[in-house]
Amino acid sequence: MLKDITLGQYFPGNSLAHRLDPRTKILLTVLYIVILFCAQGFVSYALVAGLLIIGVKVSGVAPKALVRGLKPILFIICFTAVLNLFYTPGEILASFWIFKITKEGVFTAFFMVLRITMLIMGTFLLTYTTSPISLTDGLETLLAPLKKIKVPVHELSMIMSIALRFIPTLIEETDKIMSAQKARGADFESGSIFQRAKALVPILVPLFISAFRRADELAIAMECRCYHGDAGRTKLHVLHYQPRDYLVLLAYGAILVGVLGRFGL
Amino acid sequence: MKPIIRVENLTHTYGENTPFCRSAVKDVNMEIYQGEFLGVIGHTGSGKSTLIQHLNGLLKPTGGRILLGDRDIWAEPKKIRDVRFRVGLVFQYPEYQLFEETAYKDIAFGPKNMGLDEKEIDRRVRASAAFAGLEEELLEKSPFDLSGGQKRRVAIAGVIAMEPEVLILDEPSAGLDPAGRKSLLENIRAYHKEKGTTVVMVSHSMDEVAENVDRIVVLANAGVVMSGMPHEVFSRAQELIDVGLNVPQVTQVAMELVKRGVPVDPAVYTVADLRAALSALKGGRA
Repeated sequence: MLKDITLGQYFPGNSLAHRLDPRTKILLTVLYIVILFCAQGFVSYALVAGLLIIGVKVSGVAPKALVRGLKPILFIICFTAVLNLFYTPGEILASFWIFKITKEGVFTAFFMVLRITMLIMGTFLLTYTTSPISLTDGLETLLAPLKKIKVPVHELSMIMSIALRFIPTLIEETDKIMSAQKARGADFESGSIFQRAKALVPILVPLFISAFRRADELAIAMECRCYHGDAGRTKLHVLHYQPRDYLVLLAYGAILVGVLGRFGL
Repeated sequence: MKPIIRVENLTHTYGENTPFCRSAVKDVNMEIYQGEFLGVIGHTGSGKSTLIQHLNGLLKPTGGRILLGDRDIWAEPKKIRDVRFRVGLVFQYPEYQLFEETAYKDIAFGPKNMGLDEKEIDRRVRASAAFAGLEEELLEKSPFDLSGGQKRRVAIAGVIAMEPEVLILDEPSAGLDPAGRKSLLENIRAYHKEKGTTVVMVSHSMDEVAENVDRIVVLANAGVVMSGMPHEVFSRAQELIDVGLNVPQVTQVAMELVKRGVPVDPAVYTVADLRAALSALKGGRA
């Protein structure tokens, strides 16, 4: 059950999207998010959707996998939709009791749902096609200039890659502990919300303890290999931009400038 | 003897209808008899853990069924918790599931879930702690202050306290030192003898299995390849080696002796038996 979570999972592959430099992909994703948040009205949303579709086609990721990734945030999507639907002032379409649905509300709700969905799908596309290691590597290189103003870029990216590395491990561990407590008759599926929250204690305590134990062990293992942060550290794989990176960035830019110019957005 | 658990054509496929689809157990048929001490052996990835998680209903078969007594355990999915109380399962490295403030409370977790009253819980906690070889005074300590071996005993006591009809242990001695290993297995054996509970022990240590169990089931490549008395199983040494297992060290010695012309039984599997055979030979010659 827990194993079905696809959040931030990497699907190995050999498409153009997989082979692009992680920095290119991060830049494209950031740009995509910026456009998405600036988008207003059907035309600009259609443009973002077009970019997303091209991305999906190029990466060869099954659209089904992207949709499945939306499952954990389904609640947030519904919640936003409902809030916007009922609490946007404007021209009233229908009303009952204390609830009013306005025309503006319908539009806002629709665009909000679209925005969240495309935001998640776009960022999933990045994590689906980029391994956690090259992702943090790319991020570290991109943010390197910030080191000048004493931002601990290397440490931050190290923390991120360790966190990503341990997600599957912890999920597996949770599964195991849940099975073990179920074998002693623990019941996670019935009872009131309060009872269910209480039922989580036998999972969370062992999980935290093992997470701390793992952290300790990892720290010692890193120290044994003389890890002492950024200073004087070189990379095994140094990132180099390839011609394809420039081409993709150029094409992306051209599409944007072209479309934006055309519609005067 | 009467089977207490019957496994019929059990198949479990992980990730059905995905590219990662894989059968961990395939068409397994086996019986566990009332009151026996059964050893399940198999190499890593042979499906041992998947198999035993079916016996108490933690996993649902994708094919076949499990009968406990004469009833299919999934006949009433709502009552699967009762199956888990009747078939106690101790996972590998069970000390990582401890969570309560005191060892006592942790052992009481299972009986409490069964809805027993305070007095009965207290009796069971103390009795199971004794079976697991824990001293009374350890019960009031935090389980996290105990040593690795003591933690393991607390976890095992936690399952025994449910007084299951069948006790399943997945590699109970893994990661313990030789002395701890020996004394833990002695405790389990004594528990089996005294309570007459059916015990299933999963292991990949041939020596451990040889010294403790009445009967052996050998798993390999997701299926049962052999089952029988230890003597029968260990007499098929070559087949065991072919599936990535081995025979107990004593049996290896006996086989080597046979190769060099000493007339002993090559399938002898305990030190005591081999010694008896050798001294009989010596006596015969003298």
